[in-house]
Amino acid sequence: MRVSPFLSQRIVVVILWALAAITVGVLLYIIAYILIHGLPHLSLSFLTLSPEYMGRRGGVFPMVVGTLLVTGLAVLIAAPIGVATAIYLTEYTREGKMTAVIRFGADCLAGVPSIIFGLFGFVFFAITLGMGMSVISGALTLTLMVLPTIIRTSEEAIRTVPHSYREVSYGLGSTRWQMVTNVVLRSALPGICTGVVLSIGRSISETAAVMLTAGSALRLPHSLFDSSRTLALHFYILSREGISMPNAYATASVLIISILALNLVAYWLMHRFAVKVR
Amino acid sequence: MKQDKVISTILFLVALSAISGLALITVFIFKEGVPIIARVGGRQFFLSSDWDPGLGHFGIFSMIIGSVAVTAGAMVIGIVFGLGLAIVLTQFAPRTIAGMLKPAIELLAGIPSVVFGFMGVVTLVPLIRTYLGGPGLSVLASSMVLGIMVLPTITSISIDALQAVPRTYWEGSVALGATRWQTTHMVLLKAARSGIVAAAILGMGRAVGETMAVIMVAGNTLEIPRSLLDPTRTLTSNIALEMAYASGDHRQALFATGVTLFVIIMLLNTVALAVSRRRSGRGGVR
Amino acid sequence: MPDTTTQAKIEVRSFSATFGGKPVLRNIDLDVLPCERLAIIGPASSGKTTFLRCLNRLNDLCFGFARSGSILLDGKDIYSPDMDVADLRRRVGMVYAVPVPLPWSIHDNLAYGLKLAGIRDRATIDERIESALRSMVLWDEVKDRLKDPARNLSGGQQQRMCLARVLVLQPEVLILDEPCSGLDPICTAKIEDALAELKQRHSIVLVTNNTKQAARSSDRTAFFLSGELVETGPTSQVFTTPVDKRTNDYLVGAFG
Repeated sequence: MRVSPFLSQRIVVVILWALAAITVGVLLYIIAYILIHGLPHLSLSFLTLSPEYMGRRGGVFPMVVGTLLVTGLAVLIAAPIGVATAIYLTEYTREGKMTAVIRFGADCLAGVPSIIFGLFGFVFFAITLGMGMSVISGALTLTLMVLPTIIRTSEEAIRTVPHSYREVSYGLGSTRWQMVTNVVLRSALPGICTGVVLSIGRSISETAAVMLTAGSALRLPHSLFDSSRTLALHFYILSREGISMPNAYATASVLIISILALNLVAYWLMHRFAVKVR
Repeated sequence: MKQDKVISTILFLVALSAISGLALITVFIFKEGVPIIARVGGRQFFLSSDWDPGLGHFGIFSMIIGSVAVTAGAMVIGIVFGLGLAIVLTQFAPRTIAGMLKPAIELLAGIPSVVFGFMGVVTLVPLIRTYLGGPGLSVLASSMVLGIMVLPTITSISIDALQAVPRTYWEGSVALGATRWQTTHMVLLKAARSGIVAAAILGMGRAVGETMAVIMVAGNTLEIPRSLLDPTRTLTSNIALEMAYASGDHRQALFATGVTLFVIIMLLNTVALAVSRRRSGRGGVR
Repeated sequence: MPDTTTQAKIEVRSFSATFGGKPVLRNIDLDVLPCERLAIIGPASSGKTTFLRCLNRLNDLCFGFARSGSILLDGKDIYSPDMDVADLRRRVGMVYAVPVPLPWSIHDNLAYGLKLAGIRDRATIDERIESALRSMVLWDEVKDRLKDPARNLSGGQQQRMCLARVLVLQPEVLILDEPCSGLDPICTAKIEDALAELKQRHSIVLVTNNTKQAARSSDRTAFFLSGELVETGPTSQVFTTPVDKRTNDYLVGAFG
């Protein structure tokens, strides 16, 4: 008995939509579960107080600061390097051996798992360079982690700028650098920012690498060389050691809300991006 | 133009950062990890499942099996869901739904791994324990959690691959009277095959490298798992669990585990890149 | 034939160009006189646009471009190593076939060239913008919406804005590559009228596929064919009594 192609399509479509529904369902379930259990315990004081009794009571202020420092520094350092690399690859050189090598390096770097970054950061930044388990070790490690993302998204953004814009700029008497800064970067900015926002999201979620480089100190870091615990790591420790489930949920809620907010910003940027190119 | 040359040189040096970062990582990880492999002996290190740092026994075979098992399971779920979603998004979803589905997948990719692991412990593990038996912390739980985590990677690269197929292929098939699904599985999937394979391999790399989520749901025992419901320990978990208190040979052995991991993933990624580059060599859009 | 009575603005001597080894221009000898409109006509792929882009060294940006011979602007070789290319491009301003407004406001588009040249004085900028827009008969149309995106202008207005963008830099030579292609006759007429007025202060080189346009809005005409300069002369003479048979064939439409 031959199955009619329309029937087999029907069946396949149902299966495919079921897969989609399951996926979205899982996503919503995770978000809802965390927020439902966590929001009741989330308050301004939670964010501004320090933890007591290893986190059984109190808030997560030092973790918030730690996360902001580590993530902020990482992106602050990685962004100029990544954008400069993207500019070099697109505007200052032709496709050839060197660009292939650089891209290969970036692609490989993108595939390195976070635990390896952690190991590297530990042995290189913490030990060899003597920075110890600290905010700066963590930040520099994360810099390497997000660098490929920024390079890739910046390159894509720069490539969407029409070639004619560049010719017009030259025709009006610009140098290459003037053209890059005034025309290309100005137009590519939303796309580049999207990449930066995505990198922030990735840094916030990162646990394995910061565990081995920034450490897990509960105190508020007073300098870049102090150890500090990020929110993601705090959540991991709280839940795994069973220290305080309410606080764990609340911490996770902070993470989830931050990710949601970042994704919204990235989404809005991409919208503005699409409109601009039109 | 003098100024142009200076700027060009500066940018070039900055651009080397990515490759020099990679080189540094390779050098340092190998420097720390390779000596002990040499000392313990390759065969002993890779093929013995006796991991007892206290006694100086460093055999990671059971963890290699653990990683393989967990990744294989993750691939089943990841490919089915990932490719399925890619097909839905490119072939069957109307614009409005696609507009909601795509951000949803991106959001899924952004959820921290520790949250995935946590949800696995809280929801999945009890379910497995109750209905399927075993401790719940298992290969199955790890595979399912990992599968969902790598799904966005597979989806987005598969979407790129499918969208790179020239529209004329699609039109030609439809003009012959094929249904959407027939066009999809007989024409598009075949044409996008190398891209999809690349997606799967990259997803595999992601799965092998995942640490935090797996620690929380895999059980972390040192025996080689004999069924899906047995607990296991992966290469990544091994490092993360013991690094905090390891020293001397023990620490070096963990670095050696890292070397193993690094080599496996670099191999996977190189294969994936080679496969996807072959695709663009055939006249695809890149 | 080079006119030796007035000093030429641009002198092209034995100029040849190749792209990736393939010859595109062969031994061009041509003068551009001050305050004249020189039309360059010829079929597709005759090298007209390539020639134009050599005049402001825009072809330098193309990989595989090589040239021999010389192009003198006011007696100085534009390809000499100490020539400031950016300055050259301000003195020889180019307008393209398709108007390319940069994705900014009208004001920013027009001010961009001045910004590149380092002119920061607000008054100077505004004054130059107004004067350039007036030359293009665009001032009254846009003076109240200089902050609006340039993209919102109509095609004809955009092209006039692009011309104004170049005029703001007070160039000595204007080079235009089929500036009216894609524009309706009214817009075309506006631009041709503007060029007729502008020639009093600038040399104008106009590449066009439209021989009728060349006939009505140029003083001299040069005919290019397959990278060669076939014939140059006063427009009326080239069109009524061309010296070369190929010119005649092209003008009557035997090929094109």
